[in-house]
Amino acid sequence: ILLLHWILVFNAVDGNNGESLQAKAGLLELQKKIKEAFEVFDHEANDTVDVREIGTIIRSLGCCPSEGELHDLIAEVEEEEPTGYIRLEKFLPMMVKVLSERRYRPIPEDLLLQAFEVLDSAKEGFLTKEELVKYMTEEGEPFTEEEMEEMLSAALDPETNTIQYRDYLAMMVIDEN
Amino acid sequence: MGTGSSSHHHFVLQKAESAFKAAVLIQRWYRRYIARLEMRRRCTWTIFQSIEYSGHQDQVKLHDFFSYLVDHFTPSSQNERNFLSCMFAEERLLKDSEMETYCDYESIEVPDYYTGPHVSFPLLPDHATALVEAFKQKKQLHARYVLNILHEARKYLIQLPNINHISTCYSEEITVCGDLHGQLDDLIFIFYKNGLPSPERSYVFNGDFVDRGKHSIEILMILFAFMLVYPKEFHLNRGNHEDHLVNLRYGFTKEVMHKYKVNGKKILKMLQEVFCWLPLATLIDEKVLIIHGGISDKTDLELLEKLERHKIISTMKYTKKPEKKKAAEESRSISAWFPLKSRSVPSSPLRLSPHKGSRSASIPCTFTPDRKEIFKKVRQSVQLELKEGQQQMDFSEFKDKEPLRFPLESEPNSCDFQGVNQEEWKQVVDILWSDPMPQEGCKANTVRGGGCFFGPNVTEQVLQKYSLQFLIRSHECKQEGYEFCHNRKVLTIFSASNYYEVGSNRGAYVKLGPDLIPHIVQYQANKTTHTLTMRQRISRVEESALKALREKLFAHSSSLLAAFKSYDLDGSNFITLNDWSVAMESVLHLGLPWRVLRPQLVTHTINNMLEYKSWLNDLAKEQVSHENIQSSLLEVLYRNRSNLETIFRIIDSDHSGLISFDEFRQIWKLFSSHMNVDITDESICDMARSIDFNKDGNIDINEFLEAFRLVEQSYLEDKDSELKGSETNESSCSGQGVH
Repeated sequence: ILLLHWILVFNAVDGNNGESLQAKAGLLELQKKIKEAFEVFDHEANDTVDVREIGTIIRSLGCCPSEGELHDLIAEVEEEEPTGYIRLEKFLPMMVKVLSERRYRPIPEDLLLQAFEVLDSAKEGFLTKEELVKYMTEEGEPFTEEEMEEMLSAALDPETNTIQYRDYLAMMVIDEN
Repeated sequence: MGTGSSSHHHFVLQKAESAFKAAVLIQRWYRRYIARLEMRRRCTWTIFQSIEYSGHQDQVKLHDFFSYLVDHFTPSSQNERNFLSCMFAEERLLKDSEMETYCDYESIEVPDYYTGPHVSFPLLPDHATALVEAFKQKKQLHARYVLNILHEARKYLIQLPNINHISTCYSEEITVCGDLHGQLDDLIFIFYKNGLPSPERSYVFNGDFVDRGKHSIEILMILFAFMLVYPKEFHLNRGNHEDHLVNLRYGFTKEVMHKYKVNGKKILKMLQEVFCWLPLATLIDEKVLIIHGGISDKTDLELLEKLERHKIISTMKYTKKPEKKKAAEESRSISAWFPLKSRSVPSSPLRLSPHKGSRSASIPCTFTPDRKEIFKKVRQSVQLELKEGQQQMDFSEFKDKEPLRFPLESEPNSCDFQGVNQEEWKQVVDILWSDPMPQEGCKANTVRGGGCFFGPNVTEQVLQKYSLQFLIRSHECKQEGYEFCHNRKVLTIFSASNYYEVGSNRGAYVKLGPDLIPHIVQYQANKTTHTLTMRQRISRVEESALKALREKLFAHSSSLLAAFKSYDLDGSNFITLNDWSVAMESVLHLGLPWRVLRPQLVTHTINNMLEYKSWLNDLAKEQVSHENIQSSLLEVLYRNRSNLETIFRIIDSDHSGLISFDEFRQIWKLFSSHMNVDITDESICDMARSIDFNKDGNIDINEFLEAFRLVEQSYLEDKDSELKGSETNESSCSGQGVH
């Protein structure tokens, strides 16, 4: 690494060379990042991860795919005869591509707000518990009971039994940062 | 019909479509949020585990230190031998004749104003239940009753075999519980949820009842009481923490001395007598083997049944039978404890060389000749000081009363204590200390320093050899309170919920009926976690883990600074975040995902570069500031605090809580020379002066440790009462069948 550093410094003047070396360094760093996230779930320390945890890894690396998109990604890296495990050597190049192409970017706050507003047919600035549950468990890519419960635990205002979605979003955004 | 209805239709479709899209968007966003939380939760867990494991390694380092003393410090006089013997716990059981006089509980009077529970023998179920109630109300059992119960427990345990054979035909089902570690709330919860022990309700408690938590003695009293009341239905296995040497480090000794200032020492001595008589394993229907740690490829149940278990007072130190004077070399204390490896990093950290065999008891290999010179000098000066220091110390207690089992001595009549042979000892260590691993094979457990890592083939081999169905073990904290591995042939059950921190993990117990199908029940004994959302729970535990981690980082400030500097080639005081990640691992060897953790640890960056000096300063500021103490000294203190505390407590053999300033200085010198740290006499004095300790030249150990915030959080009184509510709660109850 030290050597690479020196090369970078040395070639700073030489635009072309410096750029490609920098790109290489950037790639290396990206690979390390992906590998680290992968290893958090590699319980047997053998460079494999349970396929059910892949979604978590991909999302924690900054991507925001839908379930459908996620399934496509998994299909790309699964073994021909699915073993229930995904190997790092297949996962890594796929993820590098996804990240460098900046695919599945996170959703901007205003778009999220609009989404809630679409569901808020009465345009009252809030959703009732029943409304939210109905939409989240029957529409789109439905939530499991567990996911629904968890969302409600934070989003539901127990006094009014409604989801004040503006406040909820504001809180979540702070959380993220 | 016509445009009207089709446009309405179209509108409805559009609306449905946009509702669908909106839902997908929200779900997508939410799932990502949850995934990030999950990642944080995993990392938090990894932090706690790696800090815990590096704590285990401290214990082994301590033994290295003692071995270093043994190897390099040849006492030339009886006085010096006596002084050194302070450092080695007495390991001798009382003879029966001595028992009555030493543990004379009948002469201890219970004053009239005592409001705690009373106990009389023969013990009745009501007495045991009354104990539970009393402890729920925070009463403390009087020392007389403690000793009485210990006395009776010992009498009873002596006649038990090494392996308890029990059957599901006596009671409908058997409940097996794992580590409790002094967490009374969890025990009370288990009895509340599962029912008190009775002839219809059998229990097996699989070791590690004590240490870390604040109510170890209460737990023991309850467990022993029920064991005496329901001998056929209530069973205890020994864990690696049922061991006085381990207790010195992990808090049980401290708890006893704190609660029983007058009779604490007697109680501790009795505990040694009781612990060594605890059975090693329990076998249900000859099919399910319950041991605290695990097994090895050498596990031999026949051998385990036959050996004299009480001769293994502590699994931390193996002492051979005393040989003749000539064989002084061999009679040195051998530790089958071997060099350490960081759990995650393949290469060996610290200065330990990887190829050492079973005899690890000597100094790290990176011993250069220069260092030897230094040690020689230090040794000479220390010897000199010792001679001067002798006068100030009172050895009368050691000289006549109890002959010591100090290894350097080879007096043939030191005692009639005969040790076990090394093979037997190793069998027991394996049972109490081993951990399962996913890979095949069986290798030395370099994380804990003893026992082994055993793979699925070893499990299979042992199960087949003895026609067993599966193993139940404990010893490792699991997030869900339990975990199956080795193709569901090994079940880990851990009953101390919130072990690292409130909200860190659940506890669990397992029930077995005649069909021997395990049914697991999980719980979390703290009400607060229920009013919090998942995010809040995770944040709280995460904050605790990060705090512990930052403290560790601080303890390595100097090495970190050096590493960072090596990446700062242009002297700009900035390094890239990538370099930061690499440097962190190269110094700390914790195997943590630094790039994933980085946003939590490094908050201010400029152009993705870190100004490392101010970052290190911020770390230091967070710890208690003692401006008059060299920061490098503080670092050493932090890095070695658990070892220092243990050493102090060993020196303080009468458990008074005080050691003399000279003892303190001598230990410091020896310790710092072993750790290769340059500490001047002056700075030691500065350190001592900074605490107000004018107690006739003595240092109050607790004051010293607390002054430098060297005491772990769990011992701070107010925090404890704030967090652990008196009520418990069943967070979830999931019964699970298996097979």
